[in-house]
Amino acid sequence: MHKFLIRSFVSSLVLLFTLTVTAVAKDVKAAFVYIGPTGDHGWTYQHDVGRKAVEAAGFKTTYVEGVPESADAERVLRQLANSGHDVIFTTSFGYMNPTNKVAKEFPNVKFEHATGYKREHPNVSTYAARFYEGRTILGTIAGTMTKSNVIGYVASFPIPEVIRGINSFTLAAQKVNPNIKTKIVWAFTWYDPGKEAEAAKALIDQGADVIAQHTDSTAIVQMAEKAGVYAFGQASDMDKFAPKAVLTSVENNWGPYYVDRVKAVANGTWNQKDTWHGIGDGMVVISDLDSQMPADLRSKVKKLQADLASGKVHSFTGPIYDQKGNLMVAEGKTADDGMLAGMMTYVKGVEGDIPK
Amino acid sequence: MIIDINFVGLIIASIMASAVPLILASCGELITERSGVLNLGVEGMMIIGAISGFALMTVTGSLIVAVFGAMLAGVLISTIFAFLTQTLITNHVATGLALTIFGIGISAMIGKNFVGIPGKEFPVLFESLKDTIPLISPILFGHSIVFYFAFALPFMTNYFLKKTKIGLIVRAVGDSPESASNQGINVRLVRYACILYGGAMSGLAGAYLSMIYTPQWIENMTGGRGWIALALVVFSTWNPIKILIGAMIFGGLTIIQFHMQAIGVRIPVQFLTALPYIVTIIVLVVISRDSRKIRLSTPSSLGKSFHKDN
Repeated sequence: MHKFLIRSFVSSLVLLFTLTVTAVAKDVKAAFVYIGPTGDHGWTYQHDVGRKAVEAAGFKTTYVEGVPESADAERVLRQLANSGHDVIFTTSFGYMNPTNKVAKEFPNVKFEHATGYKREHPNVSTYAARFYEGRTILGTIAGTMTKSNVIGYVASFPIPEVIRGINSFTLAAQKVNPNIKTKIVWAFTWYDPGKEAEAAKALIDQGADVIAQHTDSTAIVQMAEKAGVYAFGQASDMDKFAPKAVLTSVENNWGPYYVDRVKAVANGTWNQKDTWHGIGDGMVVISDLDSQMPADLRSKVKKLQADLASGKVHSFTGPIYDQKGNLMVAEGKTADDGMLAGMMTYVKGVEGDIPK
Repeated sequence: MIIDINFVGLIIASIMASAVPLILASCGELITERSGVLNLGVEGMMIIGAISGFALMTVTGSLIVAVFGAMLAGVLISTIFAFLTQTLITNHVATGLALTIFGIGISAMIGKNFVGIPGKEFPVLFESLKDTIPLISPILFGHSIVFYFAFALPFMTNYFLKKTKIGLIVRAVGDSPESASNQGINVRLVRYACILYGGAMSGLAGAYLSMIYTPQWIENMTGGRGWIALALVVFSTWNPIKILIGAMIFGGLTIIQFHMQAIGVRIPVQFLTALPYIVTIIVLVVISRDSRKIRLSTPSSLGKSFHKDN
């Protein structure tokens, strides 16, 4: 009798434990809303890599791709919230208002909005990555590797995220090489390989021997490879597309954050947060450095990477002047997050005007 | 900036390279439309060609198989359109639009496994001659076989339509299917052939994008070029030589506006980006303003279904 009691007690404990574990693993369902196709090998692709990490951690996930940033987004969000999803990641800036609107209607569902700043309800969190830290590294490499002192930059749309990237890149390049010029071409697209290749070709024809990009496709690094100039991968490691041209890539690594947040929902520890992670937290990853870079540059970059991660170095450290020579950040100070989030002026050394 | 004569040659060469897919798809669609069929599925057929070419290149490793496979894929998908519009007599506009949507969707589905794979290098011809004559060599030499074919195509198309008997039959079918039918011409057969030919050329245009111009596969990589090709056919008033001019202006302005940005010309960028569309339309409207000629070259029965009663 005694034995029987202990046995049943132990087995029920085991059963209970297994049940809880499977309950946690099965019950929490995460949904992802994408702006583009998962096959873009860029922005959406990287978010989907993050989703797969959540799946690998034992959670069920759903995704909807190609959702326009309009009333359609609301409809999709409402449907996902209604169909038993516990946490919904909305992965584009334009989903900001739909996310907050739908969050109000579903207080029990958690919402996570990428790259936005509105958290109107307690069940809305925001998250973004400090990609500009990666661009500080690219700028350092570009400024050192250029021989023509002309660096090309293919930009997408004039929004703070892109301007911040251009500034951070140029500041870093100037630091190692005060003679460089950053030539910017606006493609007005995130994603059109033909157009991106043409923009890169124009910059190369005009003497740029290092090309940076803030658009998503691999067409630019391929064009650089063909023309025999250097380039950097965007969003994912693009080395295999252009082994000679690509010096390194800045990768978007959402997986750890996604797993973390979905686990928090499962454990009941989810709380509202505004996350802006950089190299230090592993959300921004620098791919392998190409062996064409001299050894001292590689070690310099490694050190810079470590310093950016630890916070010893900040991408926007004063004195920083704008194009007209007005002081933006005083000597010894660093730009605060508010300034970074709304950055819409070029720093000194960038050529041309921001399209209005 | 120093205006270097070689620099000008390089720019012209890149303009020509960007015009290739437009010329191919437009010249194909031109033949389809000259037979009286309006196929709005160019974008869909192009993207099918793009994924088929890329997939076959990756799987078989043979560029020849890939190029012809892409054309065959264009033919196959346009067969659906031909069957619907010619045999089942459905509406051309609606069927063409459906073809585009179908093409974009199915290419994305097939393409899932081909994302993130680098393409192969496509061989170019006469590369050794590229540096011989300034200005002219970069324009003439060092391009793929598809490039040369594309620039010969408008002239061949023109010759075909104006000087050959089959060309005359195609035009007759497009202008008056009833009369052509009474003359003993099999209207349906001619239209089938013209639709399939248009599909093959669109497929080739797509393969050029995914195999030669930007060797990779990503979804929606045609980026609306099929629609531009369609517009070129109409604005050129169904004249292959004017298609060539229109495609060069369109490609030219796209590239020159990037150069203007890089030089730092202070013109609003949004205006520069819109420039290719505006100027191409204006130029083609101006060079085609002779209304008598428009009437002569417009296929009178364009987009109208032909149903032989007996």
